Amino acid sequence: MNKLIGLLLVLFSGVAGAAGPAFDYALQAQRVTDNVYAFTGRNEDFSTVNGGNIVNTGFIVTDRGLLVIDSGPSLRYGQQMRQAMATISNRPILQLFNTHHHPDHFLGNQAFADTPIAALTATQQGIATEGNAFAENLYRMAGDWMQGTEVQAPNTTLKPGKVNIAGRSLRLLALEGHTGGDLAIYDESSGVLFTGDLVFNSRAPTTPHARLKLWLASLDVLEAVTREPGFTALVPGHGAVTRDAAPIRQTRAWLLWLNKSMQEAAAAGLDMNEVLARPVPAEFSGIALGEHEYHRSVGHLFPAAEQEALGHAH
Amino acid sequence: MKLPLMVAALALSALMPAAHAANLQANGDPLDSARWQDMEKTFLAGHPFIFDPRVKVTGPADAENPLQVPITVDAIALGKVEEVVVFADFNPIVQILRFFPGDAAAYLGFRVKLQQSTPVRAAVRTTDGIWHVGGTWVNTVGGGCSAPSVGTALPAWQKQLNEVSARQWRDGELAGRLRLRVVHPMDTGLVAGIPAFHLQEIRLTDNKDQLLMRIETFEPVSENPVFTVQQQNAGRVRASGRDNNGNVFSVWID
Repeated sequence: MNKLIGLLLVLFSGVAGAAGPAFDYALQAQRVTDNVYAFTGRNEDFSTVNGGNIVNTGFIVTDRGLLVIDSGPSLRYGQQMRQAMATISNRPILQLFNTHHHPDHFLGNQAFADTPIAALTATQQGIATEGNAFAENLYRMAGDWMQGTEVQAPNTTLKPGKVNIAGRSLRLLALEGHTGGDLAIYDESSGVLFTGDLVFNSRAPTTPHARLKLWLASLDVLEAVTREPGFTALVPGHGAVTRDAAPIRQTRAWLLWLNKSMQEAAAAGLDMNEVLARPVPAEFSGIALGEHEYHRSVGHLFPAAEQEALGHAH
Repeated sequence: MKLPLMVAALALSALMPAAHAANLQANGDPLDSARWQDMEKTFLAGHPFIFDPRVKVTGPADAENPLQVPITVDAIALGKVEEVVVFADFNPIVQILRFFPGDAAAYLGFRVKLQQSTPVRAAVRTTDGIWHVGGTWVNTVGGGCSAPSVGTALPAWQKQLNEVSARQWRDGELAGRLRLRVVHPMDTGLVAGIPAFHLQEIRLTDNKDQLLMRIETFEPVSENPVFTVQQQNAGRVRASGRDNNGNVFSVWID
C-alpha cells in the first residue's frame, strides 16, 4: 500500500513538474550606447501572460560596478534582471534607483537587498503608504509570476542634483506630476536620459497619481535636457528607446488633450458615463491602450474638473 | 409565470414595438445573478414585474475606482414614472438609492461604492403598479464599501459638511440639465469605529415649490455625491436635504 502511494506521489509530482510554467521574462539587455543598457517591456497592461513585464528598466556599467534604474514588477523579474546583467558585466551592483513609487518599477527590489536602494523622499513615502496595496493588486493581475514578491522599501534618500558615482557624472532630476516624486536620471557621460514614467512612448500614460500641470512642467525640463549638445538617447518608462524627444512631445500632446477634454466635458454638463463614452481622437490611434487608459483617467481626473465647473450654491 | 403578470406582460407587449416586446421577460434574470430571487423578494415583494430594456442602467463594465462607480439610470422611455429603486445584488448594503420624479425626467446620474463585482439594477414603478427592471454588470476589484471616506481623515471636512455646488444648463443639447454636488462623507458604518453617517434625502423643487424630484440616498452612494438630473424648469431650483444625524441644507441653484 505504501509503495502504491509512493508511486502515485511520484506520478503526480512528475505531472505537476511538467505542467509548471517557467516564469521566464526572457530579459535581453538592449544596448543603448557604450556601457548603457535597457530592458524594454511590452506595450501592454499587466496580465498573467506577461507577468507584469510592461515596464522599462536599465543599467549603467561604471568602472567600479553597475548602477541600476528600477527593478521591475516582481522578485522574479529582479532576479532575472541580475542574471541578464551578469552576462554583460560581472562587476558588482553599486546602487539601485527607484524612479517613482508605482509597483512595476520597484517590486523587484528584493533581488537588490544587498545594495543601497535610493529614491526621492516622496517615493519612499509613497511606497510606505501604498506599496502593500500595489503588491496585492499585482498578485491579482499578474498571478503566479509574483510568487515570493514583497515590498522592499528604498533605504537611501536621494538628494537631487549632480553626483559623481564611480567616475560617472549623473544629474538626478527631482520632478513630479506623474506621481508626487518622479526621478529622472541624465547620465552626462553618455548623454542618455532615463525619464521614468514622466515619458511614455506609443503607450498611453497612466494617471492614478497624476497632477497634470506639474507633469507638463516636468516634460519641459526633460525636453530642455534633450536639446543639450551631449544628448544621445531617451529611455522612457514604457515603450521603445529613442534618439530624440518625440516621446516627450507625444506624452505632452496626450496630457494636454486629456486636460482640455476633462474641462470641456465638465463645462458642458456631462455626467461621468457620458464622458467615458467619448472617443479617443484619431491622432492618438497609434498609441497602445489609448481607450483603456482614457477610461481609467476619467475616473482619476474628471471629479476635479467637474468640481471646478460647478458653482457654489447658497 | 403567474397569471396576472402574464396578462400584464401581454398587455404591455401589445402597446410597444415588436423589438421591445421580444425582450420583455417576466422571469429568467437577464443578468443571471444568483441573488435575483432575494432581490425580487426584498424590493418587489410579490408585486408584478418585468425585465424591461427600456430601463437603461449605464455603468462601466470594469470600474477603475470602486469608491466612485458612475451609474446612470434612464427610464424616460417608460413615460410617467412613480418611483425608481436602485440596488446592487452583491453589495453588503444592497439598496443604493430611491428616486421619485416629479416634474423632472425619470433620469438620474450618480456614483456608488461597490464592494465587489455585481449587477447594478434599477426597478421602475409605473402608474399601473408594474415594476420594470433593468440593469448592468459592473466588474470591480472591490473594497469600496469597507474603506473609510477620504474626508473624515481631513481636519477641515466638518466646516464644509453639506456644502452644495451646482449648476443648470439652459442651452444646447443638454438644456434642462442640472448637476449638484454635496460635501458629505457618506460613511457606510462598515469601517471599525466609523458609524454610518450619510445623506438620507435630497429634494429639488422649482421656484413655485413644485417638486422636481425627491431622492432617498443610502450608505453606498459615493462620498461627496454628485447627481445629474434632467428637467424642463427654466427658473431657479431649490435643493434641500438632510442626513441621518439631522444636519440639513437648503440652497438655491440659479
